[in-house]
Amino acid sequence: MSKIREAFLNKKAFIPFITCGDPDLDTTKKAILQMVANGADLIELGIPFSDPTAEGPVIQGANIRALAGGVTTDIIFDFVKDLRKEVTIPMVFMTYANVVFSYGAEKFISTCKEIGIDGIILPDLPFEEKEEFLPLCKQYDVDLISLIAPTSENRIAMIAKEADGFIYLVSSLGVTGTRSEIKTDLASIVKVIRENTDVPCAIGFGISTPEQAKKMADIADGAIVGSAIIKILEQYKTEAPEHIGAYVKSMKDAIR
Amino acid sequence: MTNSKGRFGIHGGQYIPETLMNAVNELEEAYEFYKKDEAFNKELSELFNEYAGRPSRLYYAEKMTKDLGGAKIYLKREDLNHTGAHKINNVLGQALLAKKMGKTRLIAETGAGQHGVATATAAALMGMECVVFMGEEDTKRQALNVYRMRLLGAEVIPVTSGTATLKDAVSEAMREWTTRIDDTHYCLGSVMGPHPFPTIVRDFQAVISKEIKEQILEKEGRLPDAVIACVGGGSNAIGTFYNFIEDKEVALIGCEAAGRGIDTFETAATVNTGSVGIFHGMKSYFCQDKYGQIAPVYSISAGLDYPGVGPEHANLHDMGRAQYVPVTDDEAVDAFEYLAKTEGIIPAIESAHAVAYAKKLAPTMDKDKIIVITISGRGDKDCAAIARYRGENIYE
Repeated sequence: MSKIREAFLNKKAFIPFITCGDPDLDTTKKAILQMVANGADLIELGIPFSDPTAEGPVIQGANIRALAGGVTTDIIFDFVKDLRKEVTIPMVFMTYANVVFSYGAEKFISTCKEIGIDGIILPDLPFEEKEEFLPLCKQYDVDLISLIAPTSENRIAMIAKEADGFIYLVSSLGVTGTRSEIKTDLASIVKVIRENTDVPCAIGFGISTPEQAKKMADIADGAIVGSAIIKILEQYKTEAPEHIGAYVKSMKDAIR
Repeated sequence: MTNSKGRFGIHGGQYIPETLMNAVNELEEAYEFYKKDEAFNKELSELFNEYAGRPSRLYYAEKMTKDLGGAKIYLKREDLNHTGAHKINNVLGQALLAKKMGKTRLIAETGAGQHGVATATAAALMGMECVVFMGEEDTKRQALNVYRMRLLGAEVIPVTSGTATLKDAVSEAMREWTTRIDDTHYCLGSVMGPHPFPTIVRDFQAVISKEIKEQILEKEGRLPDAVIACVGGGSNAIGTFYNFIEDKEVALIGCEAAGRGIDTFETAATVNTGSVGIFHGMKSYFCQDKYGQIAPVYSISAGLDYPGVGPEHANLHDMGRAQYVPVTDDEAVDAFEYLAKTEGIIPAIESAHAVAYAKKLAPTMDKDKIIVITISGRGDKDCAAIARYRGENIYE
């Protein structure tokens, strides 16, 4: 069983996202330790990309700040290697296909395995293109996470059948960012997913409040939160970790 | 790549969010149907001929030929099309296709503003809503085109993210498309992005080389020795090359914007300075650093100021079938002025890159050789910027 599955074992998973190096890696580390201490089940670590086309303004801002701060893929690999001494819950990278491709796919994916990264989420790598990295992911035992969207319809079964780790169910149309209301009929999408796989399914995009997290975790196996956490970083900068800890606690408590 | 579609050698593909996959699949299906549909093709031909003014002229540039003293030079006058550039060919095709698909709203990115103007024009003609994304930097460089788009009923959204140029306009248009798909067609302006766009845009632009072939055979009784076009994303170039790809005796030459030079960071010469990467839905050549971060590129020409190139060009380069040469700002501005003074034709600064290379190439060729340069657009939009480049403080 992949280590990612453990995050969903007998519980609803809360999955916070953070962009590595926003505004600096010291803050990222403190924030992650706060997330872990307050009940995060799996952590999504963003490797910044210059042109993150699936992100709304909030996470775009995190990418810009992190790159301006000077982080690179190599620096983040060293950071994670060090972080693994203290963090035992599963961690996945979230980045863009070009970051993996340009580094050299084999070098990138084998390094993930070596430093203790359990999976990779690439929002610009749909089912049709997953052969780009899947054989290497299988070889090095790193889960390539599949995404399913509100527009997937006839594609849900096909994607779910071949999914590894967990399924990232995109809650709404559009890019990342908080939303006051999520209108998609997610329950019927989850039903089709469950008919086709036992891989757990977590919902992300637009979730910011404990009420939303509870609702999503009731429908699926977990909730993913990104922009709401980045907003705390935007507001409190290096003082953010403590506030992130309190926020993660409120979200995890809501879905317990 | 077992499932991957739209490959040109190793390039192309569909590297886009899952949210858009059914939209591009639906577009591909519709295109496969309508490209063989007689009524669709008849309607498109009528639009090309009656509305856009096709076929465009193949003009023998006699003064330029004599002045350069080498190969005989013909100009393919896409600048004479309605809206003043080749962009209308693709836009009329896509807008008609979108309408057949039941879409009521067109969104587009634009660099110099030519594609935005063409899209706004087609939207006005076909009674569709239109939103154009344009880098804030470009809305300043091309203020007149912003006004033209608004005059045509389009909404122009200045994009402030990233470098606030064409690349960011593409990113923002893609983001908008993931937000609203049902009624909206993304009218991509070049032979780039995810499949099926590079193929669709190429097919609609291929009319350029189809006409060149017919016209040159009529005028000269033989094929040209070289066809030359400027390359940003590469739509007028692929249009110019496409029907000559199998004619190995015809050299295919794409002119990239070198900006201040390919040995500087202020360049947009993707094939000459870039490396293979994955961005904006496609695998191709991109200007990027070793970690895959896309480079901020530069060219005097807003239309060529893009860090990537269409996947079919990347493959023509890999196969050695086409040659991609860098042309600097200085050379392009000289050529802009040269064509104006020599032939009384003011080319777009984009097209001036092709003229600049032809000026170097023609004198090295014998007088019985033939070169065709595609003048992709007219230069009215650039006059104020070029005047400023020469130190004259003119504003539109």
